[in-house]
Amino acid sequence: MSTAEVEQPAFASARSITWTRRRKSVVRFVRTFATHRTGMVGVSILVFFIVVALAAPLIFPDYLLDPNANLSNDDMGPPSSEFYYWLGTDDLGRSVLAELAWGARPSLIIGILASLMAMVIGTLVGIASGHFRGLFGGAMERLTDWFLVLPFVPLVIVLQAVLGQTSLWITVVVLGVTSWPGTARLVRAQTLSVEARPYIERAKVLGNSDWKQMTRHVLPNVTPLVIANTTLTVAIVILSMTVLGFLGLLDPNEISWGGMLDSADESGAALRGAWWFLFPPGLCVIAVVLAFTLIGRTLEVVLNPRLGSE
Amino acid sequence: MAGLGRFTARRLLSGLGTLIFVLFVNFFLFQLLPGDPLARYKGAREISAADLAKLREELDAPVWEQFLNYLKDPLQLDQYSTIQGKPVWDVIGAAVPWTLFLLGTATLLATVIGIWIGIRAGWNRGSRFDRVSTGVTLFLYATPEFWLGLILILVFSTGIGPFPGIFPSGSAIGSGVDPWTLEGLISIAFHTVLPASALAAVYLADYSLIMRASMVDELGQDYLMTARAKGLMDRAIRRGHAVPNASLPTITLIFLNIGFVFGGAITVETVFSYPGLGLLTWNAIQFQDLPLLQAIFLLFSVTVIVFNIIADLLIAVVDPRIRV
Repeated sequence: MSTAEVEQPAFASARSITWTRRRKSVVRFVRTFATHRTGMVGVSILVFFIVVALAAPLIFPDYLLDPNANLSNDDMGPPSSEFYYWLGTDDLGRSVLAELAWGARPSLIIGILASLMAMVIGTLVGIASGHFRGLFGGAMERLTDWFLVLPFVPLVIVLQAVLGQTSLWITVVVLGVTSWPGTARLVRAQTLSVEARPYIERAKVLGNSDWKQMTRHVLPNVTPLVIANTTLTVAIVILSMTVLGFLGLLDPNEISWGGMLDSADESGAALRGAWWFLFPPGLCVIAVVLAFTLIGRTLEVVLNPRLGSE
Repeated sequence: MAGLGRFTARRLLSGLGTLIFVLFVNFFLFQLLPGDPLARYKGAREISAADLAKLREELDAPVWEQFLNYLKDPLQLDQYSTIQGKPVWDVIGAAVPWTLFLLGTATLLATVIGIWIGIRAGWNRGSRFDRVSTGVTLFLYATPEFWLGLILILVFSTGIGPFPGIFPSGSAIGSGVDPWTLEGLISIAFHTVLPASALAAVYLADYSLIMRASMVDELGQDYLMTARAKGLMDRAIRRGHAVPNASLPTITLIFLNIGFVFGGAITVETVFSYPGLGLLTWNAIQFQDLPLLQAIFLLFSVTVIVFNIIADLLIAVVDPRIRV
């Protein structure tokens, strides 16, 4: 009975120390983040829209989105007291409320996936161009500068128009391959400043490979910056996606907020005074973009103490 | 000044490199297109069988050879717009003045108002003005320009509730009005109010947020302490010392933002049927007018390169530390 107590390890293993430290820093991070009111407003808005996106199929059955199933409704009918029609109907007699809820899905999915793609490309190119001197690093830096100059929105529009609007994945790729240069430039600058520190020199002298220097020493130091930056990228991606939807360049079978605004514009909702068809999609875009912007700005402050006191 | 000369030369040289990259993108982007390219080359023109055969031969050449040919004539002066049946650069030329006017007005408004808000908010950080204006500008930052345009049409053109419809919502000038008369100028001004406001409101958000951040950065600087110790008035310190130092990032941004400004023009001009490059882009997309789309994209890209160079030179002139 007493032997069991004796066998308790007196020292924790290296691994458990690491994990304890990580857990503590996560807790500390969450606590600091929670003290920023604007950041928490962003989180609440985002959580709300995630719940709406997940619950949309449960609350609003498919048939509400099918133009053929709603032929008996008025087109652009004003809001009524019936739950499905709280926000009236669109130009095809469909429930605007149902479309709003379903429209949250592509915005969040495409926004997040495309930003993750941009994050991976931007981080790889950024670290490589900061770490490697000489031809390769220079080429990566040039590439970033060149891509930064391409007019972003026109490029996205042309690319999407050329590739066609057949699927959600094309849009993810289009927005992903166009959104990375900003991240790359940021990561490059941070890589240069990290690599100027003595411990990188130590790692180099000890014979660590380039790969190990980059992944074990540089990457952890640029990660906070990258996370904050990626959150801000989601905001821009969702805005650009709304533009694509409005120009009729998204998959026409998928309900999206940009697409709703396109039909509102084409059916003359603004001239017919159909405010219930015009205001809600735009306000949803603003809410989600604002949420990511607020979270991103708060992350910047929390993860980068030197910015401080904002 | 020698430093500045060298800096300018090097900047122009790297601009040339960027230009070649843009041409590369502009060529290969449109190579991605599936289907027979001859259909789009033809456009609305009558083409003889001999010319057609010659075109076919050119298209059968290896891609790199086609690219070299493209580099010889990047403007593609012989291209015709398929929707209008006129040379693409004639079509673009007719649209440019309108876009210049609209974007110029919007940028001017956004710059003046945005910088003013940024200075006031940053200088009195944490004040009521700061909190309200930061909230409003963040909201505007998240707003799609074209949606704001639609709302402005709904409220000020169609008229809703107490608002009468005052401003027109389509085109850039009343139909049949001569633009070079007083009546024409008034008509143009009236048609510009709503689209220019929609664009300006969204862009000023960017400028005021940056201006505010750089003002806040300056707040803790020693030279401001010195100025205060000299007994200068708060207003004099702000105008004479803080603002000049804080404006640089914002001024740079105004030039670097031109790509985004074009993006806004595409949708806002579409909403207002404003006959500029943006509406032209939208029509080119709708009707798959690829020669026109390619030319517009080239024009946008080259303009962005030029503005980037101007921004860099401007900073180098103002701030000698940059000239390395």
